[in-house]
Amino acid sequence: MDRKLRVAVHKFSSCDGCQLAFLNAGEELVELFELANVVHFAEAGIVDPDARADLAFIEGSISTHEEQERIRRVRENTRFLVPIGACATSGCLQALRNQADAARWFADVYSDPSKIDHLDTATPIAANVSVDLELWGCPVNTRQVMATVSSLLLGAPPREDKEKLCMECKRKNIVCVMVTQGQHCMGPVTRTGCGVLCPGIGRDCYGCYGPAENINGDAWGRWLEQKGMPAERIARRFRYIHSEAEAFREAGRRWREKS
Amino acid sequence: MNERREIRIDVPVLARVEGEGALDLHIRDGRIENLKFRIGEPPRLFEKFLEGREAFEVPDMVARICGICPVAYQMSAVQALESLFGWRSTPWIEAMRRAMYCGEWIQSHSLHIHLLAAPDFFGFTSAPEMARDYPDEVRRGLRLQSLGNELIRLFGARSVHPVGVRVGGFHCAPPKDRVARLVDRLRAALPDAENLVAWTASIDLPKDQQDFVSVALKHASEYPLYSGRIVSDTGLDIPVDRYEDHFKEHQEAHSTALYSLLEGRPYLVGPLARLNLNWDRLPEPVRSTLAKTGIPFPSRNVFHSMLARAVEIHLAVVEAIRLLENYEPDVPFVSGQTRAGSGFGCTEAPRGLLWHRYDVDENGKVLKARIVPPTSQNQARIAEDLHRSIEAFGLDHSDDELRLHGEKVIRNYDPCISCATHFLKLKVIRE
Repeated sequence: MDRKLRVAVHKFSSCDGCQLAFLNAGEELVELFELANVVHFAEAGIVDPDARADLAFIEGSISTHEEQERIRRVRENTRFLVPIGACATSGCLQALRNQADAARWFADVYSDPSKIDHLDTATPIAANVSVDLELWGCPVNTRQVMATVSSLLLGAPPREDKEKLCMECKRKNIVCVMVTQGQHCMGPVTRTGCGVLCPGIGRDCYGCYGPAENINGDAWGRWLEQKGMPAERIARRFRYIHSEAEAFREAGRRWREKS
Repeated sequence: MNERREIRIDVPVLARVEGEGALDLHIRDGRIENLKFRIGEPPRLFEKFLEGREAFEVPDMVARICGICPVAYQMSAVQALESLFGWRSTPWIEAMRRAMYCGEWIQSHSLHIHLLAAPDFFGFTSAPEMARDYPDEVRRGLRLQSLGNELIRLFGARSVHPVGVRVGGFHCAPPKDRVARLVDRLRAALPDAENLVAWTASIDLPKDQQDFVSVALKHASEYPLYSGRIVSDTGLDIPVDRYEDHFKEHQEAHSTALYSLLEGRPYLVGPLARLNLNWDRLPEPVRSTLAKTGIPFPSRNVFHSMLARAVEIHLAVVEAIRLLENYEPDVPFVSGQTRAGSGFGCTEAPRGLLWHRYDVDENGKVLKARIVPPTSQNQARIAEDLHRSIEAFGLDHSDDELRLHGEKVIRNYDPCISCATHFLKLKVIRE
């Protein structure tokens, strides 16, 4: 390759946690700056929001008019665009306002919401522009982002994992917290990738990596309903970090209607 | 002499702050006519979507307010809810909370000193760039940051949005052998922490003495982290549930941003305010290491915030060793019935006082939440400091120099703008 891969990291509405997959990477961060040409990464000190990039990581959801405009410019300037984290892939917690009376929420918090640039919805990047790969997780980890950089440096397509957390949990021989303790573990419906952190410490998965492929949210909820969990709480399990990911949104809606 | 100089400096995206911030500066005839520290971070309305949630859902939700200090949000929240429910946590739980919190201080402060603040004082735009000329210093910082992350992971399985904290304590007590290995790493990091204090004290900082009010928690015997009373150097001394009687948020003219004031005045929270009010609580050898720098505390130089962060990293390493060296696993959580009422929690986030209030109904669901993060408390102080220190720096400096100085002042506060749920974008008034 006659020139370095041009990498950008952009931030939209978010907690900054996914950028830490880079900033917490230690030596790997220094290495990244040697292997790639980092053209925009404001939190790391490099500011050029309109720079052309081969690979752009996008943190955050689109929740203002300014962000709607900005993501279009970033798309135009980018060859391979990768939303990272819950905000960018489904909207994260702030997208809970999409299913609520957003105008009232703003009015409750701010005396004059008209002075704030905001949209009534917080949406994922893919709802606004085309994307080339999504890295799910709240937050994504260093392994996920660096694997993507490495793949592209080698010219190989990055791998995307949509398997259920349950499968990985079984392979790790972790005692099932759902079957043995009746916890409302979302492992059967959640995408793997975190390393099975929650069942690994004896607690329920709460779905922060979003829906796995082909989930059955009705069956999952019925199992808990039989154990006596109210439908309304089952609905809230889906209406959490990834309330606007389609499979969770639909499951959440059905359980809410039952309550 | 009567030269008219009218410059506008716009910094649309501030580098090396967490979140989206910006600075507008309008100078006319040698005076600052208009100065604005703008926050471009869109509101996410956490306080609204916490409504209707059960207590057990709260810690994993509030973590998402800030990726850099999620432990702080979890700690203030569980403290508020437990005090409301009347759940008495055990000395073991309190000690382990303090140890986990130490991890967040080490991680967050190291990130700020090395990746965000230090490049300013050595003329670099980023830490990776600075690493070429100062490889040892930057690598020492990255080592400490990773140690902090490891300490959070010990209790939380991951360092960003850790999953180990629950109302009542922890989901699981870490295994003894893992704790022992980490204590070895903490001991090995003591020289790094001591050298960091000496290094930050040696950096040539602006000598800018200012008058400001410091506010922090104060504990009967310890340097404050997880608990204490809210005190100031102007005589305030209140329990955390009286916060709203003394601290008020209001709207400034021409601004939609909420400013938090103590008895009508801006105030400082964070490492410098904490150290100013708690230097007498520093244990050995942290106290001697600081004394060797020859810099006396309390300090009126806001740029000593970076030194204060280094001192707190040293403190956190020493504290974590003390809390974990004779570690035995124990029952990791307490539980009980929920009850209706109001609960208050206040802890020292890396950036300062983090105050939470939850009103809960008889079904254990949140009726109303109020969260006052450190950066929104510091906002009025940052604006005041900017105005003062840019004029003191000299308005005849070039635009670039003024911009850099302004950015340096802002970054020194380590504003965590994502956390600042009440920060709003200010409109620029153009002529």
